[in-house]
Amino acid sequence: MGESADQTTKAATMQSPKYTVKDFQSDQDVRWCPGCGDYSILAQTQRIMPDLGIPRHKIVFVSGIGCSSRFPYYMETYGFHSIHGRATAIASGIKLARPDLTVWVVTGDGDGMSIGGNHLIHLLRRNIDVNVLLFNNQIYGLTKGQYSPTSELGKVTKSTPYGSLDYPFNPAALALGAGATFVARTLDSDPKHMQSVLKRAAQHKGTSFVEIYQNCNVFNDGAFSQFTEKETKDDTVVFLEHGKPLLFGKGRDKGIRLNGFSPEVVSLKDGKHSVNDLLVHDEQDTTLSFILADMTYNPKLPRPVGIFLSIARPSYDAEMQRQIEFAKQKRGEGDIAKLLNSGETWIIQ
Amino acid sequence: MSSKSTQSLDEVTIRFAGDSGDGMQLTGTQFTNTTAILGNDLSTLPDYPAEIRAPQGTLFGVSGFQIHFGSTEINTPGDTFDVLVAMNAAALKVNLLSLVDGGSIIANTDGFNDKNLRLAGYDANPLRDESLVKYQVYEVDITRLTTLALQDLNLSSKLVDRSKNFFALGMMYWMYNRPLEPTLQWIGEKFAGKPEIREANTRVLKAGWNFGETTEIFKVRYEVAPAKLKPGRYRNITGNQATAWGLMAAAKKAGLDLFLGSYPITPASDILHELSVHKNFGVKTFQAEDEIAGITSALGASFAGALGATTTSGPGLALKTEALGLAVMVELPLVVINVQRGGPSTGLPTKTEQADLLQALYGRNGEAPVPVVAAATPSDCFSAVFESARIAIKYMTPVICLTDGYLGNGSEPWLIPDVQKLPDIAPSFRIDPKGFLPYLRDEATLARPWAIPGTPGLEHRIGGLEKQHLTGNVNYEPANHEFMIKTRAEKIERIANDIPPAEVEGERKGTVLVVGWGSTYGAIKTAVMKHRSAGHSVSHLHLRHLNPMPKNVGEILSHFKLVLVPELNNGQLVKVLRSKYLVPAIGLNKIQGLPFKSMEIERKIEEMLRSY
Repeated sequence: MGESADQTTKAATMQSPKYTVKDFQSDQDVRWCPGCGDYSILAQTQRIMPDLGIPRHKIVFVSGIGCSSRFPYYMETYGFHSIHGRATAIASGIKLARPDLTVWVVTGDGDGMSIGGNHLIHLLRRNIDVNVLLFNNQIYGLTKGQYSPTSELGKVTKSTPYGSLDYPFNPAALALGAGATFVARTLDSDPKHMQSVLKRAAQHKGTSFVEIYQNCNVFNDGAFSQFTEKETKDDTVVFLEHGKPLLFGKGRDKGIRLNGFSPEVVSLKDGKHSVNDLLVHDEQDTTLSFILADMTYNPKLPRPVGIFLSIARPSYDAEMQRQIEFAKQKRGEGDIAKLLNSGETWIIQ
Repeated sequence: MSSKSTQSLDEVTIRFAGDSGDGMQLTGTQFTNTTAILGNDLSTLPDYPAEIRAPQGTLFGVSGFQIHFGSTEINTPGDTFDVLVAMNAAALKVNLLSLVDGGSIIANTDGFNDKNLRLAGYDANPLRDESLVKYQVYEVDITRLTTLALQDLNLSSKLVDRSKNFFALGMMYWMYNRPLEPTLQWIGEKFAGKPEIREANTRVLKAGWNFGETTEIFKVRYEVAPAKLKPGRYRNITGNQATAWGLMAAAKKAGLDLFLGSYPITPASDILHELSVHKNFGVKTFQAEDEIAGITSALGASFAGALGATTTSGPGLALKTEALGLAVMVELPLVVINVQRGGPSTGLPTKTEQADLLQALYGRNGEAPVPVVAAATPSDCFSAVFESARIAIKYMTPVICLTDGYLGNGSEPWLIPDVQKLPDIAPSFRIDPKGFLPYLRDEATLARPWAIPGTPGLEHRIGGLEKQHLTGNVNYEPANHEFMIKTRAEKIERIANDIPPAEVEGERKGTVLVVGWGSTYGAIKTAVMKHRSAGHSVSHLHLRHLNPMPKNVGEILSHFKLVLVPELNNGQLVKVLRSKYLVPAIGLNKIQGLPFKSMEIERKIEEMLRSY
């Protein structure tokens, strides 16, 4: 297993076979419900894979439990469909053992933020080079329709006939709060956007966290329709683009301005405001990323979609490798016989 | 001053006892290492409270370290002790019951002030009344003498107080004729960056020795000749250290990187500490966010081709249960080490127990057989964990290795093995894509191929859903499920073909067979040897492999009229033996957080022999 990450990257680019989308489709029948948002996410993921230039056998998809977690079965790569909530921890072990592998985690709002919430935040703070795709459908699908940690307050479900009492997580804010270095949001209904975000996530060194709004057409149909339907989406979604002002609305006639630390909507048609007044997105501004993530549940503001944050910080896996190399240089390659005979020993004749 | 005589002893047991902040564990460890270097056989029992610094002077804050050493074979830390070093009144009160009649008490008189006496629940000072007449009492003002020795160093009173254990250590070194050099060297290294502490401890250690040499109160010093151990190079080793090294040796032998995913828990944390030092061996240690991440990260590492291991104690093993089931299902090698402690729940974190055997054997949902291996002595942890790794890799299965707090913290001299002669471990990574099926099994072992990510052409998916035979695809067919359950069970059963037959110590037939497992080895052996030397028909069978058991266990049991199973639990192995072999075995159970005294087992055997 001694292959260093550098060599591998080099080898990967040298041999990088020409793949097509088909090369990433496994022989298993996809068993999600017809019309499920998961199909689009699978398709976009398979579509970007050939562009990454990584040999198929160097890729591992890891999942936990839930509808989303069937994902690895459909990818013609290495895959591990594990137990509820633990994909992030398993992926950590895979990446730390083998930094040369490209590791993806597929999880959902229940798997990733309820039963697996602890592992998720610790993966994010450690910044292990793993890509996390969190399918957020705001419901428990596989167990047939209980509310999830992202369900809106007061949601009536099978387990909450009087409405849910717990305030929902805001996944982007949770990830930022945990110290993530790459945080993004995209939509199952926007293949182009999703592809660009997935590519960026794949390129990021460190943990990349991508929340994907995914429609569960059986148990929570239309949860995101206002952000995905043609009639409404222009006014309800603002796309974050690095270095560009936050514009939205039909005809891009509205924008987001910062009033102190608070974002507010201004009209560009009222004669009082111009593009120059608007907040300009900076992916590397940590403070700004919190402000943008916090727009999420504000009813007065459009829903931010795109890359909230992308900053460089040493990844745990690279640092672990560095410590090992350092120790080997300083103390020499370990020798078991020497170790057993080290310190105080004595001979019995 | 030269009126001192020297007496020769075959064996002696000393108990160092004081406040949990008094450094008794350190004192005991130093005495142990020096004694080991002198070539005595020995066995130790560290016995400390769960609180790091329990309130000073209280009974529950007493920390003890017992060492039994001699020129003869030593198998236990001693049922009782000959010498008690009591740093305060509470230490005397807690330990007096186990001091032999006529034994010696070395009492730090400064630890017997009114407050100490009150906290220990003494109405009167036991050093002043008649309550200790059956013992030899030596009163030494250890605190005052330590202060005197450090007078000109201008140290804080806290630092001075912390040095007093070295005075006691120096005195005991004098009394038992041990050299100061190993400890002086240790002090030099340990406090290299803290010259004043180094100086203080050095001075106080020497002052203790000199006090022994010059004081009138000690008339005799003792000599304990080296033991006649098997020739070779020895070192002293604790169970947790041996466990860490066993994992490293197994990984090296198998040509794999070792990955440890672990969450700190008493009494297993020292394995994590030890392994985290050895990065130059390529060892990767990952202090996970919880027990579950500890095992799942290790399983991920195994999937990726490393030797994955996780270390824990009982409550942690409970948390790892679901992931163990996953490891059974995906059939990947994994070593799970449980340094057992008193349970249930948080139980007795720093005390020893063997109550996780049934948890290890059966504690999972569904039919999920896991091989279980147990270590018998501190140094045996090395070979037990090595054997666990061998089985895990060869049979593509998680293996639980059981040690316990007594083994983990206890120490003994260890004949250092020849690394070249350790058994071979040869992982066979699947490389050839031709005919590859993730669940196509080896005909002999039934192990599935280890096909690790990064191997071209072997892309495949594994998971916790039931697998289809051969393809490993998700499959819910009734007949397939039953077939897979039986096959996984059969795979574990076949390991019995690959382990040595159980060996009886003593005759292979007779009246009483004492069957044990794990850390009771020394106590059982001592008790059985006593009976055997008295001509009684008593033999000893100690099980290393608890699942599967060696094939000849049933036959051995059938050759004895009575079977006794001493365990530090409420009767677990005895249940297994009774149900598996239909023998009327009886249990001897002790559940006090303490190891057996060999006398307790000896008496039980006597009772059985009498009633038979």
